[in-house]
Amino acid sequence: MIAEALIVSAILFVIGVVGVLTRRNAIILFMCAELMLNAVNLSFVALAKLHNVTGQVFVVMVMCIAAAEAAVGLAIVISVFRHFGTVNLSALRTLRG
Amino acid sequence: MMPVLFAALQDAAVTAPAPALRAGLTVPLALLVLLPLLGFVINGAIALAGPDSVLRRGGTDSTTARNPVVTVVGPGVLLASFAVAVSIFLKMRSLGAGAAGPLDAPLVVTFARWMPVGNLAIDWSLQLDQLSILMALVITGIGSLIHLFSIGYMRDDASYARYFAYLNLFVAFMLVLVLGGSYPVMFVGWEGVGLASYLLIGFWFGEKANIEAGKKAFVVNRVGDFGFLVAMFLIWVTTQQLDYVGAHAALGAMAGSPVVLAIALFLFLGCAGKSAQLPLYIWLPDAMAGPTPVSALIHAATMVTAGVYLVARAAPIFAGAPEASLVVTAVGALTAVFAATIALRQWDIKKVLAYSTVSQLGYMFMAVGSGAYTAGVFHLVTHAFFKALLFLGAGSVIHAMHHAYHQTHRRDDPQDLRNMGGLAKFMPATAVAMTLATLAIAGVPPLSGFFSKDEILSSLFARAQGSPLASASLLGIPGHTVLYAAYGLGILTALLTAVYMTRMLMLTFGGSNRTGEAEQGALHEAPGIMTAPVLVLALLTVIGGWLNLPALIPIGPVGTLDAWLAPVTGASAARLGGTAHLDHNTELLLVGIAVVVGLVGILFGVLRYRAPIADKAHSPEDTGLLANAYRVDGMVDALIVRPFRGLADVILGRGVETGIDRAFSAGGTMLIRTAAFMGEKLQDGDVGKYAWMLAAGALALIAALTLS
Repeated sequence: MIAEALIVSAILFVIGVVGVLTRRNAIILFMCAELMLNAVNLSFVALAKLHNVTGQVFVVMVMCIAAAEAAVGLAIVISVFRHFGTVNLSALRTLRG
Repeated sequence: MMPVLFAALQDAAVTAPAPALRAGLTVPLALLVLLPLLGFVINGAIALAGPDSVLRRGGTDSTTARNPVVTVVGPGVLLASFAVAVSIFLKMRSLGAGAAGPLDAPLVVTFARWMPVGNLAIDWSLQLDQLSILMALVITGIGSLIHLFSIGYMRDDASYARYFAYLNLFVAFMLVLVLGGSYPVMFVGWEGVGLASYLLIGFWFGEKANIEAGKKAFVVNRVGDFGFLVAMFLIWVTTQQLDYVGAHAALGAMAGSPVVLAIALFLFLGCAGKSAQLPLYIWLPDAMAGPTPVSALIHAATMVTAGVYLVARAAPIFAGAPEASLVVTAVGALTAVFAATIALRQWDIKKVLAYSTVSQLGYMFMAVGSGAYTAGVFHLVTHAFFKALLFLGAGSVIHAMHHAYHQTHRRDDPQDLRNMGGLAKFMPATAVAMTLATLAIAGVPPLSGFFSKDEILSSLFARAQGSPLASASLLGIPGHTVLYAAYGLGILTALLTAVYMTRMLMLTFGGSNRTGEAEQGALHEAPGIMTAPVLVLALLTVIGGWLNLPALIPIGPVGTLDAWLAPVTGASAARLGGTAHLDHNTELLLVGIAVVVGLVGILFGVLRYRAPIADKAHSPEDTGLLANAYRVDGMVDALIVRPFRGLADVILGRGVETGIDRAFSAGGTMLIRTAAFMGEKLQDGDVGKYAWMLAAGALALIAALTLS
């Protein structure tokens, strides 16, 4: 049971990573990041069965933080869109060195 | 330091024939060298601490001229050293000279360990034998006279103390050179006299030409020193010994082998440098930039004869390599005639004497090269007498000329023969003394130069007729051809010598005066302290021949020097010369030829240079080949100095220097620029790229952690 959960977790994580690496839409990137967080959450829950309840406590923590982060992140995306008229990250390059 | 030294003196390890002899001579031997060194320390301290400002502030506002302490100490230590040398000599003499006496083997006194490294053990050791004490007598004796002369010559010089300090230093090193008991100790003296020579050539360092002359002497000598060093390395590699006794015994057993030949040739390269032989003679004429007494002592009487001494000292090596001995003879002969031709047309009185010295050194090398060691050393001694006399006489002349010009505030060359003439009237004593020296160097009997030159020429002829050396060959040329040629060149040189010396004498003292109307009144004989040494040398010049009279002319004890030096060089001389000797009539004929040649030269000189000439200001620039010494300096400049400089420019200037410039300045900015370029490409604001790098980094980390 744990093995299957971990495999699903790994698949989700890789989907998230590939999404972050290949896509340029801020919203999709955001979602991919959430996907990675939740992949990690899944492995926490699954592995908590082997050890103790700490893993599950962590998951609650992660969800809280992710919610806060989503709020802040989406707010930033909205103001980016307002400012630049796009959420395509390739177009946002004013911070180049 | 001192107790150690005394302890070393007491139990000095010695390989001596007689313990009693050793005990009596250890301390005098040390004193002989240490006395001039003490003089150097005292005079040097006065020069540094006293008001000899030149060394410290580069001005001449204050002065050590006529400092009484220096006047006493400078010549005093030399006279004391001479007295010690005489006492040692008398003691040796009382023990009986010649072979099979108690002095058959040299007395080697070891004072201290110097370099004990593995099985290399070099000691501070002095070797007393018939040759080294003879050299010590000449050095301290002539040295004393020249020190006394210097009191007068240098009395108004601001750097009086420095002068005597250097002169004392020179004598100390020269004594180390001749008394040293091994090649390394000799090398210390060898380099030391080179240093003293450098310091004294550039003594008046206010003028750039003087410094450059000193530098030239140093650099040219370095070429010779390279030969000396390589010879020492070879001796060590071959025999594992460096002291004369051991090394000579070991090398003598290997006579004829290529390594002995190589050692002899490298040693001779050293001799050619120090004794100004072809092709390394170029420094000596320039060395005349120093004060004239220095030219007399260092660049005529003593230091430049060190090469002759070295060949005589290393006689067992040269006797084991006849080809090398033939090289020595040939180089000596060529140098003798080459320098003599240049001397024919020099206008500077000191340059005439300088080329004459080179030429006479050639004679000595002809002698020692042919295995006639006694003849070479004999000529060394007599040459020291008459050449020191000539230089000191020239010094007196220059002194007088300089003062005359000084009084009338005229700036003209006090050393140029064209400005002299008729000086015999003003300085008769100097004129008489220099005439005697000129007759001696021209080989007029019964003056000293006649006997020594004649001995060289006749022994060359005798060896050419039949001897082991004549049977050897040099690059396919049979030995007797080389020796006959050397004899011929020797006769030619004798003729040239008589001509150029008569010319110098005539232009200086004969005819009418060209110094100038106003100056004539100021010309006068040098003070007594200067003429006295000149007259003593004149006496020695006259009687010097009695040191070694030939059997042909038995007007006194015959062959004294031969007998005296027999324990040192006799075996080697026999090895090269065999039983070569001339029959009575041949010898008489040879003497006759030599004398006639000398007289013809003098006669020619008198007739040729009787006519009045213009003074320097009214003479055209002499552009002749001889007056410019065959333009050798220009050739050396074009063939060696400039290519070398060019090469240095390419390698050091363009290669190393620009290379370093590029690496450190241009290279530095390049590095930073490249880094900046890469950083700029990395941080272009593309978040996607950052993400990729993050992922790659994370993967790399995971990989590293998993694999380790």
